[in-house]
Parts: sequence; structure tokens; C-alpha cells
Amino acid sequence: MITFLANPKRFLDFSNAIAPWVCALAVVLLGTGFYWALLATPPDYQQGQSVKIMFVHVPAAYMGIMIYGVMAGASLVGLVFRHPLADVAAKSAAPLGAAFTALALLTGSLWGRPMWGTYWQWGDARLVSELILLFIYLGYIALWNAIDDPARAAKAAAILSLVGAADVPIIHFSVDWWNTLHQPASIIRPGGPTIDKSFLMPLFVMMLGYTMLFAWLLLIRMQTEILERRARSLMMAKGA
Amino acid sequence: MTAFQALLVRDMRLAFRAGGGASLAAAFFALVSTLVPFGVGADLVLLGRIAGGVLWVSAALAALLSLDRLFQADFEDGSLDVLSLSPLNLEWAATAKILAHWLTTGLPLVVLSPVLGLLLNLPAPGYLALVGSLIIGTPALSGVGAIGAALTLSIRRGGLILALIVLPLITPALIFGAGAVTDALDGTGRGAFLFLAAFSVAAVALSPFAAAAGVRLNLGG
Repeated sequence: MITFLANPKRFLDFSNAIAPWVCALAVVLLGTGFYWALLATPPDYQQGQSVKIMFVHVPAAYMGIMIYGVMAGASLVGLVFRHPLADVAAKSAAPLGAAFTALALLTGSLWGRPMWGTYWQWGDARLVSELILLFIYLGYIALWNAIDDPARAAKAAAILSLVGAADVPIIHFSVDWWNTLHQPASIIRPGGPTIDKSFLMPLFVMMLGYTMLFAWLLLIRMQTEILERRARSLMMAKGA
Repeated sequence: MTAFQALLVRDMRLAFRAGGGASLAAAFFALVSTLVPFGVGADLVLLGRIAGGVLWVSAALAALLSLDRLFQADFEDGSLDVLSLSPLNLEWAATAKILAHWLTTGLPLVVLSPVLGLLLNLPAPGYLALVGSLIIGTPALSGVGAIGAALTLSIRRGGLILALIVLPLITPALIFGAGAVTDALDGTGRGAFLFLAAFSVAAVALSPFAAAAGVRLNLGG
């Protein structure tokens, strides 16, 4: 399957065929999820309607980390097997990951305002780690953009994303450790609050919806990147 | 003299003679730490409390200063091509450069840190932890920094991108380094120091490989 798609032409055909279905799935899942989460679930007995920010926040935070995994995996495949589309996938995934991470930070701090009384709570290790993850995404994107030669940029970015993949768990651990040092009585319990089943199911649907949305956007971005590279090589051939 | 020693000596000589070397990074380190009281006020109790963190942040910034020349200067004048052809493999060459960077940037910061601790009113129990954590931790800054330097060596004016890449990755060193000083002040064990040592060992051991890979791809190999 992966070798089959190594041919950009075949990948374009394949992605053209499945993209509308992935998009439709994303729309249905997100539509259901939003209705269920925002309208059909009861307000929380403690948090009131604010709890509904969680249905946007938690899947976004999960996507931020999941997409980094996708990016690092694609980078590894690109470095080791020289798969021609792995670099394209990694490059296309990065801005999406950054966007989801930024969304998680934004919604997290909007939720924090009524809950903690402040937009930013350094005591929440997960939120602080997400902020550092966002910076790592930005560094990765900046490195891609700064190196002119695409092949070189791809390799440099791949090495960076693998170094980041080794470092991100350590960063999360260190922030977690630091957090217990500075905030002995945090509002957020280490295991996370227990979630009622009526909240869990719509949350799950939202996560699936986000994942499908990411898959669809990734396909589109990869197509665009391939076409852009083709256009560039055509221009260069014409100029030469 | 082995090739490793020759490269180490050459890099240190260059740092001292052409780059301002040890004095420049140390002066920057002192200057940033001196600016902090102007920012937060002259409250000695508060300054003593945050001294460890301030000195660690300043050290991280000072370590960044000379990083962009670590490989770039050699890349531009072609020495890096010669190095890649020498019997010394690039992993060892990167190790020599990291070591030279630490000796000319990290070590002067360690020596200067107690004086700056004094300026920032760091309480007496914190000094050993401050110096110890900087000795153990600054090699990690040089190591991770070298990865960033290798990846950005072909970028003109890559200093900002270098900072954007390196700073998030060294957060653990900062947290555990400053934490080691706080631990010493509060008498809360030495967990942070041990974590810092672990992070530093891993960073120093693994970074030459990533840095060498970065150099190799930029040499078109």
C-alpha cells in the first residue's frame, strides 16, 4: 500500500478518489458531535455550560500530539526508506498540527477564565507542555521555509522532528515535575477528572471528527504540495 | 596530537582569537542577569528567590550566542568539507566542536555564576547547587545547540531560527537546573539535580549523531 502510493501520480488519483468521502465523514461526525456535545448534553453540575468548551478543547489537544506523531513517523520513513511522499506528508502535517495546538491553547485559556479565574494557569502541566509543543511546531515550519533546496530542507526538518520526538516526552515530564513543585494543590487532578458517560460518547465522536478533518486537510495539502513541486519543475525546465 | 585534539585546540583558538571567545558570552551572561533587577525591582528577598532561575535563563541565552558560528563559519570557508574528508568521522568532529563550545562558553558561565549569585542575593545554601547544576547542565545546552547549529548552517542569518529551534528543546535543562537551586534553598532533596544530570548525559551522548547527520546533509552527502 505504502509502496504503491510512492508514485505521486498514483497518490493523486487515490487521494482524489477518497478525499470527498473523508470530507463527508468529517462533516457528518463533526455535525453529530457538535449537536450532541453542545445541545444534547446536560450542563455540568459544577462547571455549568463552560464544560462544553472541553468538547472543542480536548480533541484539539489530542490532535496536536497525534499530528506530531504522524509528522515524526513520516520523517522517519522519509529518512530511512527515502519514500518520496513521506517528506510531503510531514511538511503538510506541521501547520495543521500547529493550528490544532493553537486551538487547544486558545480554548484551554478561555475555559480557564471562568474555571480558574485566569486565562493562563501555569499549574496545568498539559497546557504548558502544549505551549512548548507549539513552539517546536513553529521552529519546524520555520526551518522548512528557511532552506531553499527542498531535498535539504526535508532532511533537516526530518532530523529536527525526530530530535523533537525524543524530547517532547521529556519536556512533558519535566513540566509535570515542575508543576508539582510550584503548584502542590492543583485544581486539575493528575489522573484527570472522571468523566460521565453522557460526556464521554460525544467527546469520542468529536475526536473522530477532528481526526477525519485532519485526514482530509492533509490529503488536500499533500496534493497541493505535489502540484506545486510539479509546477516548479516545469517552470525550471522551461527556463533552462 | 590526534585529529580530535587538533580540532578541539583549533576551535578554541579560533574562539579566543576571532570570536571574542570566553569573555563575550560571560559578559552577555552578566549583562542579562544585571538587567533583571531593573525589570522586577530591587526587592532582595524576591531576587534571592528567583536568582537560580534568572541565572539559568541567562545561561541558556548566552549559550545561544556563539552557536550560529559553530559550523557555519567552517561551512562558508570550506573547512567543513575538508573535515568531512579527514579520518576523523563527523560524529567525533561534532563532539570536538561541542566540547570546544562548552569550554569557551559554558565553563566561563560556571565560573562567573557565584559572583552573579551574590549580586542577585542568592542565599548561602544555593551556591553549591547553582555551580553544580551549571557544570552538569551547560554541556546539554552545547549539545542540543549543536544540533540546531548543524541543521541551520546553510541559512544566512539563521540565528533567530536557531533560537526558535533550540530553546524549546532545552526546556527540561532549564526546569531541572533552576529546580536544583530551589531544591537546595528549600532542602527538598536532589531529585532535580539527578534529572538534570540524566538529561545532560542523554543530550551529550546523542547530539553528536544528530549534529553530524545535519552537517552531512548540508554537505550534500
